[in-house]
Amino acid sequence: MSGGTPTADVRLPRSLAALFPGNRRQIPASGSTLAEVIYDLDRTMPGIRDRLVTAGPSLRRHINVFVNGEQSDLATPVPPGAIVHVIPAVSGG
Amino acid sequence: MSERVSLLIGTPKGAFILESDQRQPPWRLRGPLCEGWPIHDISVMPGTGALLAGASNPWYGPAVWRSDDMGATWSHSSEGLTYGDAGPSITAVWNVTAAHGTIYAGVQPAGLFRSDDGGATWSHVEGLTNHPTRPDWQPGRGGLILHSIVPHRTDSDRLWVGISSVGVFETQDGGVTWETRNAGVRADFSPVPYPEWGQCVHKLVMAADGGEHLYQQNHCGVYRTSDGGRQWEEITSGLPSQFGFPMVAHPRDPATIWNIPLTEPDQGRFMPDASAAVWRTQDAGASWVRSGNGLPQEGAFVGVLREAMAGDGLDPAGVYFGTSTGQVYGSADEGLTWHLVADNLPPVWSVEAIAT
Repeated sequence: MSGGTPTADVRLPRSLAALFPGNRRQIPASGSTLAEVIYDLDRTMPGIRDRLVTAGPSLRRHINVFVNGEQSDLATPVPPGAIVHVIPAVSGG
Repeated sequence: MSERVSLLIGTPKGAFILESDQRQPPWRLRGPLCEGWPIHDISVMPGTGALLAGASNPWYGPAVWRSDDMGATWSHSSEGLTYGDAGPSITAVWNVTAAHGTIYAGVQPAGLFRSDDGGATWSHVEGLTNHPTRPDWQPGRGGLILHSIVPHRTDSDRLWVGISSVGVFETQDGGVTWETRNAGVRADFSPVPYPEWGQCVHKLVMAADGGEHLYQQNHCGVYRTSDGGRQWEEITSGLPSQFGFPMVAHPRDPATIWNIPLTEPDQGRFMPDASAAVWRTQDAGASWVRSGNGLPQEGAFVGVLREAMAGDGLDPAGVYFGTSTGQVYGSADEGLTWHLVADNLPPVWSVEAIAT
């Protein structure tokens, strides 16, 4: 279920937050799975789902998402009050 | 006439803008823009002045960026820029070209998308992907990329595209159906020297008079056509190499183009004899003249990529190119003499020049 009472506290990296108005690093979002949370996040920050999710659908290859500290995929359940960290993979160049 | 020019530079570490009031030093540099995203191409939307940048980000995927204030602020979108959940993931936008109120985006893996709302949302031009040859398209060294988009000047239903190691296609019905346009173009790497498709086009441009006169730099030579690509004629003779990437058409003279020959792929892909030069024809490829005046003439092991040369449309025509080693050079006299515009940039992937 998305769009209801916020169930997750989503933390965004600087490089992602900077792509959207307000440059918000911490956003509440609702949903019972990570996929639903990202859909709900997209309502607050239109376009953010495209930055995180690719065909499949699946998380982009170099995007790591942790739900309460556990590495997750789109099907991962998001319990009430969860902290969701979005972290780009380490890269050089 | 004002000679104020802005150069829009795409690099793997963001976009940059170079500006000069007289097409001469000093050039002022702004950037990196677009949050440092890798930028493959920047173009200007006719009638609006909006800057459009085709981008790929290793973490956040492909997008088209737009600025309505000459690069001061940007927005981005990739809504609809997808082959669907069952299709392959799009990794990059290689070319953004606007004409007749529509913005086209060429992507990797090769396909064409269009936006009719200024880049806010995108839709797949399925007719090209549905071409019967599509299942057999194979990537070249640079990937399976749609890199050249050439709209007809007056007929909004006509459009040519170039796809590496696949060739040139034309639509005459707004993208519903497409036909190959490769006759007369060699494919030395193929057992069939002149196949219907499979040629490795590197850059496709339209001559100044528009319509049916096109030129292309190919992996295997330089070509011209006077019938919209139904038949190509090779014009490589007189150049030091058949290989290269960029090509620019003169803004007024349909017989004049510039290109930059590079050594063959197995010979390093740099300027022949490590001596930098731009070559120009003024007779539609019957003869070519070299100009290295003002460019490094020894020890210049530099390459220039397909989008990294542009003209400013002024009179006399200005021409500019950026190198794989981060230099930008410019000429305000139709390519006769050159000067260093900028140095120590990231590798230059694209250059666009606009008179402002």
